[in-house]
Amino acid sequence: MIRLEHVTKTYPKASRPSLDDVSVGIEKGEFVFFIGPSGSGKSTIIKLLLREIQPTRGKVLVNGREVGSMRSWKIPQFRRSIGCVFQDFRLLPNRTAYENVAFALEVIGKSKAVARRVVPEVLELVGLGGKEHRYPHELSGGEQQRVAVARAFVNRPLILLADEPTGNLDPDTSIEIMRLLDRINRTGTTVVMVTHDSNIVNQMRRRVIEIDSGRIVRDQPRGVYG
Amino acid sequence: MRARYVLTEVFLGLWRNVTMTIAMIITMAVSLTMVGASLLMFWQVQDMKEWYYDKIEVSIYLKKDVTDEQRTAIEAAIKEDPLVEHYEYETSEQAYENFKQMFRDAPDMVSAVKPEYMPESFRISLKNPEQYQLAYDRYKDYPGISEIRDQRALVDKIFSILGGMQTVALAIAIGQGVAALLLVVNTIQVAAYSKRREVAVMKLVGASNWFIQAPFVLEAVFAGVIGALIAFGALAAAKAFLLDSGSLEALTDILLTVPWSRVFTTLPFLLGIAAAVNAVTGWVTLRFYVRV
Repeated sequence: MIRLEHVTKTYPKASRPSLDDVSVGIEKGEFVFFIGPSGSGKSTIIKLLLREIQPTRGKVLVNGREVGSMRSWKIPQFRRSIGCVFQDFRLLPNRTAYENVAFALEVIGKSKAVARRVVPEVLELVGLGGKEHRYPHELSGGEQQRVAVARAFVNRPLILLADEPTGNLDPDTSIEIMRLLDRINRTGTTVVMVTHDSNIVNQMRRRVIEIDSGRIVRDQPRGVYG
Repeated sequence: MRARYVLTEVFLGLWRNVTMTIAMIITMAVSLTMVGASLLMFWQVQDMKEWYYDKIEVSIYLKKDVTDEQRTAIEAAIKEDPLVEHYEYETSEQAYENFKQMFRDAPDMVSAVKPEYMPESFRISLKNPEQYQLAYDRYKDYPGISEIRDQRALVDKIFSILGGMQTVALAIAIGQGVAALLLVVNTIQVAAYSKRREVAVMKLVGASNWFIQAPFVLEAVFAGVIGALIAFGALAAAKAFLLDSGSLEALTDILLTVPWSRVFTTLPFLLGIAAAVNAVTGWVTLRFYVRV
């Protein structure tokens, strides 16, 4: 599903590459943690997979398509097959939970009727049934992240990316979010999560890939934070 | 459905920055009015050239004391001249009548001139008005002739004045046009900044590029269209209140009337120019100045 082949990414004016000849493969339906210290290159991987940046060398393949050299006008279509949640939730503050999720549908051309059918379903799925009409500032951190997950998942993407999703949440809420991501993973969605939350990693016992200074130093099938 | 979203965004965007919207519209309206005015002048000049050049004559003015033989000799030469299309002879009295007619709005000038002052003349229409110089050379040495005048020279003077006015109008159009486009660039930057969160989410979930860009570009196009309509209104008002019945009415004698149909023809031009230029400016701004 995802493959990085000898991927190197050096940002302009950087003294060393963010990612240095990284090669890794992730199968469909896997749940993978990328861990490592700050600056190790973890977020760079997410950006490469979303095609926010391009690799300096090497190939990034998602579902067989070469993402690194994709033409700009094909990128929007590609991004519809990927969902992503972030540490800062990235919700629209002047829209309700329902509207935030519906927005993601509207701007890719789905009708309001489709939204009316699908959005309540997915909000229910993430555990926010009954809170569709709350604004982000009326929701707790955990609930806001759930809305973000709902938005990422509403189109049933192939891959769900998560860039430090529990970074702004307390330990208990973090566990709840992880359970949610686990549920989503069990529906067949590949989940790739970047984190430095050792608790979560240790509890979930999934594949752990450790990155340090741009290189993969560990790749364990049922790993701990170490 | 998507169209409705886009249109709502356009109007909201224009309303939120209403002062910038108004500034955009005003500068565009001024620029486009000047464009329309110079366009109309250009068409009028084309018309006038056709109309006047048809009627252009070489005027051979005779001296006060011309003898009959001299007059006959001149007339004979004109009759045989292959360059001449046709000719007319104007007596002093006829010249005076024409003069009274032409300056009927200035009775003081008319009363200052007596019929005796008006010279007799032969009015010659040349087959080819360009050959004025040949005609001049042929007749200049005939006795009894006081002056040979090419009326085209007079008309050309008018044309060059009009040409000068056209240049001024175009200069204003360009100056204001540049100001208008800079306002468009600024407005779009401000609009894109204030919608940066929405744009970020749209890019994340995979909204197509034109869908993200459309509201901003359309804001500019919409302001341009309003500006074009105002410009058209200004031109129509100028025709109705200045040319048809107002301070510039006298000009229509020389400039020929500007028909309403022509004024209406400027509208599609103005709309087209406004829409196209603004759309391109908007798109370029988004592409290079704003990361949309």
